[in-house]
Amino acid sequence: MSNESYGRLIKDGLWSNNQALVALLGLCPLLAVTNSAVNGIGLGLATAAVLTLSNATVSLIRNWVRPEVRLPVFVIVIASFVTAVELSMNAWFHELYKILGIFIPLIVTNCAIIGRAEAFASKNTLGRSIVDGLAMGIGFTLVLATLGSLRELVGQGTLFDQADLMFGPAAAGLTMSVGAGYKGMLLAILPPGAFLGLGFLIALKNVIDQRQAAAAEKAPATEATAQPSAG
Amino acid sequence: MHFSITNSPHTDRPNSVVENMLWVIIALVPGTIALTWYFGWGVVIHMVLAGVAAIAAEAFVLRLRRRPVKPAIADLSALVTALLFAVAIPPLLPWWITLIGILFAIIVVKQLYGGLGYNPFNPAMAAYVLVLVSYPVDMTTWLAPRMLDPHPLDFLQTLGVIFGQGLPQGMTWDAMTSATPLDVMRTELDMNKMISEIRQSPLWGDFGGRGWEWVGNWFLLGGLILLYKRVITWRIPVAFLGGLLVMAMLFHFLDQEAYPFGLFHVFSGGTILGAFFIATDPVTASTTPRGQLIYGALIGILIYIIRTWGGYPDAVAFAVLLMNLAAPTIDYYTQPRVFGHREADGE
Repeated sequence: MSNESYGRLIKDGLWSNNQALVALLGLCPLLAVTNSAVNGIGLGLATAAVLTLSNATVSLIRNWVRPEVRLPVFVIVIASFVTAVELSMNAWFHELYKILGIFIPLIVTNCAIIGRAEAFASKNTLGRSIVDGLAMGIGFTLVLATLGSLRELVGQGTLFDQADLMFGPAAAGLTMSVGAGYKGMLLAILPPGAFLGLGFLIALKNVIDQRQAAAAEKAPATEATAQPSAG
Repeated sequence: MHFSITNSPHTDRPNSVVENMLWVIIALVPGTIALTWYFGWGVVIHMVLAGVAAIAAEAFVLRLRRRPVKPAIADLSALVTALLFAVAIPPLLPWWITLIGILFAIIVVKQLYGGLGYNPFNPAMAAYVLVLVSYPVDMTTWLAPRMLDPHPLDFLQTLGVIFGQGLPQGMTWDAMTSATPLDVMRTELDMNKMISEIRQSPLWGDFGGRGWEWVGNWFLLGGLILLYKRVITWRIPVAFLGGLLVMAMLFHFLDQEAYPFGLFHVFSGGTILGAFFIATDPVTASTTPRGQLIYGALIGILIYIIRTWGGYPDAVAFAVLLMNLAAPTIDYYTQPRVFGHREADGE
């Protein structure tokens, strides 16, 4: 495991072992807050920050924690960072903090984070753990942002509504709308829309993977030496 | 006298899928005519629209799945789904909502699960719920029945409204539309009115709403055709209506002014259509004889519960979908004993 390249780690996090699309971890916040693009990005970045910090810390203490008590220790580490992130968001992104509500403290229970701590950071060096945390976190954020954008677009006919909550007043102009005549499809905003949307995203990823595998099989001689790109 | 002599087996040939579907379509005719009579041409327009969309969607997905297209189209099941959806929606629904519903029914609910015979949910009802939840305002804008509407729309005007041309000059939505009888009953009961008071309105007929109850009767005729042709068995419809009636009569008996009488529930909304055409869907319903009784009765009871205490005034679609979910479990526990096996094996 330890001789994997950093490029491999990044590709795993963003695509091949994406925590949301492949490992299907952290689905509770994923499904609950992705009713708009801004909410998705907000929670995604908060999760990514916690994931990176907790991965780094767990990697640093990995040689001193006895295996019998590792899970409680990891949880305490994660909970400390979540508290820090929660307080920071309350201070600097107060409106967004109010919208995301309970789901920020619930990052503690996001199994993607404890999953990476247990499966990766507790066995790898500091640098590799940080890269893994960043890659996994950004991969998770991308899925949240995509799902949030899709649901917001279909359900409400807008994109990046309330962007000023996150990126400051200058970003208010980011909000796009498909037109006043569009009647939002309420279902997309409601919980069933999250399940359907995630299902379609996973299906889309699988289709892309299959297409790539088929293409690679067709032309093995030319593709064999090329680096697998993070499609 | 000449007796024809044939070899065994002497069992009758069971109906084929096409025959069954054809009979369902024929049995829908009386109810459709009644709906058109009371609520105008919108029903027919939506049937054509939904039918074309369903067949096109089915052909498209089958092509994607690299399956033979022709037999699946020719078995008429997509058309039946489309027609059942079309008779359930309001007649002046915008065309694109019908389109969304049908595409969802055929592509997601039916074909993504593997096509005819594999779908756990009734496609027409799942689509109905999708559009009802997504576009609640459009889906609850019903027309007033013919005798309560002084200026019914003609065919071209209806076509114009459905395809987004807006209403003809001098007509307003408020004058034409009216809440469904179930809706009115629910709203006014919530306002603490008594039933005898609510039924003063000209909206009411003998059992349910005026016009509505007759639509129910004609769908009942279609249901009897299906029973006679053995496309469906008696168990699900009887248990369905029985479950609903028992609940309704029980509560009506407890308080006559707060709970409408049993036949009101039977002849309102989609009850009859649901009992004979929708709950009996051979793919998504329970298949064992005892299971069908349980399945039907629970749908009836659920309808009453959702109508009386739930959020939606007509609950047929929700009740059917919930019981679709339960059908495999019901089947599991009601397997008939195989001949020769002991009653309680291993007890």
